[in-house]
Amino acid sequence: MDWLNAIVQGILLGGLYALFAAGLSLIFGVMRLVNVAHGDFIVLAAFLALVVTQSTGLHPFMTFIFVIPLMAGLGYALQRGLLNQTLGHAILPPLLVTFGLSVILQNGLLEIFSADNQKMDAGPIETMSLTVAEGLNIGVMPLAVFVIAIGVITSLQWMFYGTALGRAFRATSDNQQIAQLMGLNNRHIFGLAMALALVVVAIAGIFLGMRTSFDPSVGPGRLIFGFEAVIIGGLGNLWGTLIGGILLGVSQNIGAQINPGWQLLAGHLTFLVVLAVRPRGLFPKVDG
Amino acid sequence: MSKKVFSRRRLLTGTAALLAAPALLKYTRAYAANPVLKIGHVSPRSGPLAGFGEADPYTLDAIQKIFSGGLANNGKSYEVQIISKDTQSNPNRAADVAAELILDDEVDIIVAASTPDTTNPVADQAEVNEIPCITTDCPWQPYFFGRNGNPAQGFDWTYHFFWGLEDVIGAFLSLWDSSGAAKSVAGLFPNDADGNAWGDKNLGLPKPLAAAGYKLVDPGRYQPLSEDFSAQISAFKEAGCEIVTGNMIPPDFANFWAQAAQQGFNPKVVTIGKALLFPAVIESLGARGDGLTSEIWWSPDHPFTSSLTGDSAKALASGYTAATKRPWTQPIGFKHALFEVVADVVKRSADLDDKMAIMEAIKSTKLATIVGPVDWSKGPVKNVTKTPLVAGQWQRTGNKMELKITNNQTAPEIPVTGKLKLLA
Repeated sequence: MDWLNAIVQGILLGGLYALFAAGLSLIFGVMRLVNVAHGDFIVLAAFLALVVTQSTGLHPFMTFIFVIPLMAGLGYALQRGLLNQTLGHAILPPLLVTFGLSVILQNGLLEIFSADNQKMDAGPIETMSLTVAEGLNIGVMPLAVFVIAIGVITSLQWMFYGTALGRAFRATSDNQQIAQLMGLNNRHIFGLAMALALVVVAIAGIFLGMRTSFDPSVGPGRLIFGFEAVIIGGLGNLWGTLIGGILLGVSQNIGAQINPGWQLLAGHLTFLVVLAVRPRGLFPKVDG
Repeated sequence: MSKKVFSRRRLLTGTAALLAAPALLKYTRAYAANPVLKIGHVSPRSGPLAGFGEADPYTLDAIQKIFSGGLANNGKSYEVQIISKDTQSNPNRAADVAAELILDDEVDIIVAASTPDTTNPVADQAEVNEIPCITTDCPWQPYFFGRNGNPAQGFDWTYHFFWGLEDVIGAFLSLWDSSGAAKSVAGLFPNDADGNAWGDKNLGLPKPLAAAGYKLVDPGRYQPLSEDFSAQISAFKEAGCEIVTGNMIPPDFANFWAQAAQQGFNPKVVTIGKALLFPAVIESLGARGDGLTSEIWWSPDHPFTSSLTGDSAKALASGYTAATKRPWTQPIGFKHALFEVVADVVKRSADLDDKMAIMEAIKSTKLATIVGPVDWSKGPVKNVTKTPLVAGQWQRTGNKMELKITNNQTAPEIPVTGKLKLLA
C-alpha cells in the first residue's frame, strides 16, 4: 500500500509541476524564449494574491478575479515594452534579460514584503482528505491542484488548436517571417502569448500561496522541476508537459519510498534518461 | 632560479615609497587628531536568511548612537566607525565582503552573525588575514567543526558565543519528558549543513536520544525545498511516532505539516529547529501554528540586562517593536550582545593599535550581556563560549501567537512563562 500511495501522491505532485511548467512551455513554444524569471513571477503572483486577500478579505481561491487580469496586463506590457526588444537570432539576450528580471523581482519583493514567510489561509480545505482505502488518503488540496492543472492545459490546448488566436500563435511559432507576410503583428502576438503565460503563472502562484509558505527568494527553487517537466514532455507540447510533470513526480516519490535522500535524485535521473534516449523529449512538437 | 638584480625599476619603486612615506604616515591612526576604530559587520540582510538580519538596521542605529560619544581606551577617546555589509545569504559573498572589510576598509575588529553560511566564511577570512573576529548566532559545532577546527589546537583569531547541539538536545528532551508522549520520535533532517549535523550518528541527535530511551525514526536526508513528504509520513505513521523533530526551513515545514494532516498523521508534540523561530512563520500557519514547539535562545523574559544601556531584555524587545511595528525575534538579543562584547573589548584592550592586545582582551572577556554571560575562559572548546538555551511553545493568546517558555531544566535561571500543551 505504501508503494501505491507513493505513486498516487506522485501523480498529484506531477499536476503541481505541470501547473508550474505550463507557462514556460507555452512561451517557449511560441517564441523560443526561456524565461528564467518564471519562478519569480509565480512568487510575485502569490504575493499579489496575498495582498488581495488581506485587503479585501476574499478567500484565496477568489483572488484570481484580481490577480489574473493584473498578471496578464503585466505580461503584455513586459513583452511589448522590454522582451520584444531582446528577441532576435541570438538566444542569449532574452535569457540574460529574464535573469536580470529575476534578480529585480526577488529584491523588489524583499524590499516591499521583507523576508517574512507568508502563507494564505485557505481554511479547513488545506488539511481535508478523501480516504480511498486503508492507508491511501488523497488530500483535497493536491487533488484540486491536479484538476486545475488538467483544466489549464485543456483550455490552453483548445485555445491553440481551436481559435484564431491559437492559429496566430502556431503560425508565428512555425515561421515568423511568413506569419508577418500574412498580416500578423508578431509583437502583438508575442505580447498576447506572454499575457496568457502569466495568466497560468497567476493560477500557479495562487495555489503555491495556499499550499505552502513562500518568501521572495523561493522562486528559482520552483523553476528547475518546471524546466525538467517541459523537457521530458517534449518542447512545445502542453500535454507532454503534464505527462513530464507526472513522470517526474512519480519517480521522485518512488525514490523517496526507497530513501528520502533519493527523492530529487530519482527525478533528475529520470530526466537524464529521457534526455539520453530521446533528446527532444517524449512528445516534441517544435524544434528547439 | 631567480637572481636578485638591482634594476632601475626597483630603484624607482623604492624611491617612490620613501617619498610617499610621510604623506602616508599622516593618515595612519597614531598620527591622526581623532583616532578612529573601525568595526566591520557582516550579516545576511537579503536572500533566504534575511529574517536573521531583520533587526540589523535597528540594532546598528541604536549602537551607533551609543558609540557616538566615542569609546575610551587608556584615557584616549576613539571615534567608532561601523561598516556593515550584506552577504545576500551567500557564503561565497560573505567571504568576499569579509575580505573587502579586512583588506580595503582595514577594519580593526570584524564581527558577524547568523548561521554557518555567515559566521564560517567570515571567521575563515579573519583567521587567514589575522584580524580579531567575534561571531554569534550559529550553533558551535557547525561553526567549529564546520571550519575543520581541532579541539586540541583551536583558532588564534576567531571567537564565537552561542549554544550547541548538546544544549538543544537537552532542551528538547526536557520538553518531551514533560509531555508524556510515547517515546517514539520522527526525525526530519534536510541534506544541508544543519540537517547533517543534527542527524549525525555520532555528534547529532541519534545517540543522546537513544540514551534517554527514545526511539528515533530517521528515514534519511531529504533535499531542501521538497514538495512532497508522503514517504516520510507513511514511515512515521507505521512506527507510531508521537513526537516530530528536525531542523527545517519554513516552506518545507509548511508542506510537511499540511500533508501530515491530509495523510492522517497527528503527532502530540512537534519540536522543530530553525523553521519555528520567527513569529511571521507561525502566523502564516494559521490555526495549525498553535502549539508547535521550538528552542528559545533569547526572549523578552530572559532575566538579563545590556551592559551598554542597562536595559532589560524586555526593554530591548519593546524598543524594537515600538520603532519598527514588528514583533520581537530571537536574533535581536544576539545582535545587541555582539556589540556589547566589542565595546567591552575596546575598553579593556591594553593597546588598540596592537592586534595581539585586542586578542588578549577578547580571550579575557567576562561580560554579563543581554543574552547571558560571555566568558571564553570556560567553553566546550577553545574559541567557544555558550549562552543558555531553553525550550518553549507557541501559544495563542487572544489573537496573537506568543512564544512561552515551558521548560527550563537546561537553564533554571530563566523563568518558565507557560505550560506545555499537547497537539493531539
